[in-house]
Amino acid sequence: MTTLLPHPAPADGSENPYLEMDLLRFSTAGSVDDGKSTLIGRLLYDTKSIFADQMEAVERTSRQRGEGYVNLALLTDGLRAEREQNITIDVAYRYFATPKRKFIIADTPGHLQYTRNMVTGASTAELAIVLVDARKGVLTQSKRHGFIASLLRIPHIVVAVNKMDLVDYDEAVYEEIVEEYTRFAEKLDVQDLTFIPISALVGDNVVEKSERMPWYDGSTLLHHLETVNVGANRNLVDFRLPVQYVVRPHQDYRGFAGRIASGTIQPGEEVVVLPSGHGSRVRSIDTADGSLAEAAAGDAVVLTLEDEIDVSRGEMIVRKRNLPTVGNRFDAILCWMNEKPLDPSVPYVLMHTSRQVQAFVTEIVYRIDVDTLHREEAGALGLNDIGRVQILTSQPLFFDAYAQNHTTGSFILVDPHTHVTVAAGMIRGEAKEAAPAERSVSPDVVWESWNIPREEREARNGHKAAVLWFTGLSGAGKSTIARELEKELFGLGCQTMLLDGDQVRHGLCGDLGFGADDRRENIRRVGEVARLFFEAGNIVLCTFVSPFRADRARARALLPEGRFVEVHVHADLQTVKARDPKGLYEKAERGEILHFTGISSPYEAPEAADLTLDTTAQSVEESVRAIVERLRAAGVVSRPRNS
Amino acid sequence: MSTQLLNDRGELAQGRASVPAASYRKSHLAQLESEAIFVMREAAAQFERPVLLFSGGKDSIVMVRLAQKAFWPGKFPFPLLHIDTGHNFPETIEYRDWLAEVTGAELIVRTVQSSIDAGRVQEEPGPNPSRNSLQTVTLLDALKELKVDAAFGGGRRDEEKARAKERFFSHRDAFGQWDPKNQRPELWNLFNGRKGLGEHFRVFPLSNWTEMDVWQYIAEERIHLPSLYFAHEREVVERDGVLLAVGENNRVLPGETAESRRIRCRTIGDITCTGVWESEADTLEAIIQEVAAARVTERGGRSDDKRSEAAMEDRKKQGYF
Ligand SMILES: Nc1nc2c(ncn2[C@@H]2O[C@H](COP(=O)(O)OP(=O)(O)O)[C@@H](O)[C@H]2O)c(=O)[nH]1
Repeated sequence: MTTLLPHPAPADGSENPYLEMDLLRFSTAGSVDDGKSTLIGRLLYDTKSIFADQMEAVERTSRQRGEGYVNLALLTDGLRAEREQNITIDVAYRYFATPKRKFIIADTPGHLQYTRNMVTGASTAELAIVLVDARKGVLTQSKRHGFIASLLRIPHIVVAVNKMDLVDYDEAVYEEIVEEYTRFAEKLDVQDLTFIPISALVGDNVVEKSERMPWYDGSTLLHHLETVNVGANRNLVDFRLPVQYVVRPHQDYRGFAGRIASGTIQPGEEVVVLPSGHGSRVRSIDTADGSLAEAAAGDAVVLTLEDEIDVSRGEMIVRKRNLPTVGNRFDAILCWMNEKPLDPSVPYVLMHTSRQVQAFVTEIVYRIDVDTLHREEAGALGLNDIGRVQILTSQPLFFDAYAQNHTTGSFILVDPHTHVTVAAGMIRGEAKEAAPAERSVSPDVVWESWNIPREEREARNGHKAAVLWFTGLSGAGKSTIARELEKELFGLGCQTMLLDGDQVRHGLCGDLGFGADDRRENIRRVGEVARLFFEAGNIVLCTFVSPFRADRARARALLPEGRFVEVHVHADLQTVKARDPKGLYEKAERGEILHFTGISSPYEAPEAADLTLDTTAQSVEESVRAIVERLRAAGVVSRPRNS
Repeated sequence: MSTQLLNDRGELAQGRASVPAASYRKSHLAQLESEAIFVMREAAAQFERPVLLFSGGKDSIVMVRLAQKAFWPGKFPFPLLHIDTGHNFPETIEYRDWLAEVTGAELIVRTVQSSIDAGRVQEEPGPNPSRNSLQTVTLLDALKELKVDAAFGGGRRDEEKARAKERFFSHRDAFGQWDPKNQRPELWNLFNGRKGLGEHFRVFPLSNWTEMDVWQYIAEERIHLPSLYFAHEREVVERDGVLLAVGENNRVLPGETAESRRIRCRTIGDITCTGVWESEADTLEAIIQEVAAARVTERGGRSDDKRSEAAMEDRKKQGYF
């Protein structure tokens, strides 16, 4: 038997390899019986991390249970209540080491309270192992595990395809799983996805390379764990020191203790303290082992400053030219972890870095179905729900987006009465004054926020962005009115864009016909394009017959409340046929055009248009005036000063 | 300097000098150290009256070292609390007093004997009674008396299966009890120390350390340890398959024979129940070699843990840990 751990240095002072080892924290997830406990037991056993007395206890229990083999899963079994029910209900931490690395496993049970536990385990992990039972293939749960790992931005995901022994080590079975999971993972934001076929029970490809799967030429699981790049997601750019504690041994020393959340710092550098904004320079970076020439993310240090500034716990020291966002409204993903659902009327205690403030959840934008990844409307978040929310705090926080900075981008909510942690949150960015435009049912949950927020563009333009959607029969007057309106708005100094049905049919939608499906796709594309121009700060004018209510509703759903103005340009069929400016009605009646709205295809008039213009009774000028008036009333364009 | 860092000569430690800016990579031990310091500062900031539970064992000694580092160049802002069963090895008490002196820390001692005298607990009948379960009462009484709202413990999650789910900030109800179903999820580096009246927390800065990490850290930091940890000649008896040291509180029973052997302790607890090991390891380096090759957990030698497989868990629920 080899030794448990690398031998330490002899007393002669040569290098001790133990001090060179680095650390990998990883989480494991799988559905019940996928073999997670067995796999962890196997890793511990094969790396010689199990002591004889522990092994004896397991052997004894295995015998008592009449199991024909030593059940390695028993090694990681936790509390007695769970042992009796044969389930694990909470995150358990396990440890093992090889000469290269020390490992901390966050073992998250895959069933009861799965989301809560997975999120907890994933929050400190740099790698996630997702177990898949080769016989069962990619299950909903396997996808859920991958989704949560990507949501928490774990940089490395390993899909361990287990129980290969039960599928005759068949490459085809493995390949099918690889293919299916890869396809799924394309929808996620995963930086590194690795597949390994294993048998946890027998030990194939866990520590030792399996001879039974010669077709697999990748690493064993342990080798992968030992060599995967660690610390890749450490932010070494944005210096942030949340002050944890003020050290004042005597009058002349005032040190600000904390662990550097991100970035690096050296003595002499210019810093500012938030929220006061007072500036100074770093005088020294002190530790009990001596003062440092430089400190980096993860270091627990004491900073002293050149100037006497009053700094207390909860404040943050940052570099002068690299500031976090300071604000009390933000946009976040929230995982609810308590039986008692989220209550928007409750002021929760929000803990963020070393700061505690009161917080309200002002809006639940949507809930994410963790199994289908669809977004759905939600009035509340319950236990294990994940949703996107807007949060308002009593005092400003100093934050970054979680994607850039896990420490300054994460927070928890605490129930003010029971003091229990009820939710974990990841900040996406500042809250939008109007909720940002959203893709309602898109599976790709990771949506990069706009580089320059629309609000800033709007502020510069001097008016708000909006989409005016003109619907109505061909010949009703949509384009005529829209073109006049655009000139009028342009004259008022507005940024505008006109999207016209005929024009997009030549380019963007040149591949589409006029059947119901193609019409839907046509309107979908136009809706998305309108949204882009909208986000760029424009007043977008869309003139499309768009005969189906559902299609228009979908376009509306892409935009924040109040920014989509549906204008029904009405003229009865008699009139438009008489107008027939392009001769289309005539052709349609002769049957030369299929699916022509009003003739061979229905028009679903809006039930509650924001504005209805009757072009048989109103002049173009009157219509334009009505619309401008409407935009003023909605605050999209401002009223002339002298009126 | 107002505070001393103890090294194996009891002198002010020199520290590891200025670290060059070359690499931002941190060894796992450096990461564990920084994590433990973070946890200690966090507890000192969030709680009003923390104490450090000092047992005389290596884990609590390492905690003292980490506390010195966390608040350097200030003193650590909490006292040491020792629950003295009266069954300690004499070396433990000697070390404890030395440590309090060199660190300048306030040392508070509460004894099981006074709990017995006050009728709070009863001594086990029979020869060489164990006071292991009695100390829970003394501890909880002391915490209440001193209005402690957070007690640092040296517990590690690798010690025992029941510990694998323990939190850094472990909540105890008003009876000092631990409810496995009612622990708070711990995410990222956010520790929730909010609590109701009369409740308190146990804080475990060494949660993520293994036995080997502790030993390596002791060696790296050249921390002075009680002599019990090093191989020495001692009178021992074999009882229930475990070697126990003979002393005032652990007398040789009829049918047993005491003999002198070269032994050392792997953990330090009461003389009545802490198994000792035959060993030649008389330097830290030799101990590390031994730990690396060990085939039995350090708790394997504690007869109190052997009574039932779930013994630890039961004692934890009652508030021992
Ligand atoms: N044949 C085979 N059985 C396995 C393998 N891994 C786990 N098992 C068995 O699957 C069952 C569930 O395993 P366990 O580790 O308890 O699953 P968990 O619920 O994911 O922790 C047990 O009976 C294991 O022995 C494997 O690789 N091959």
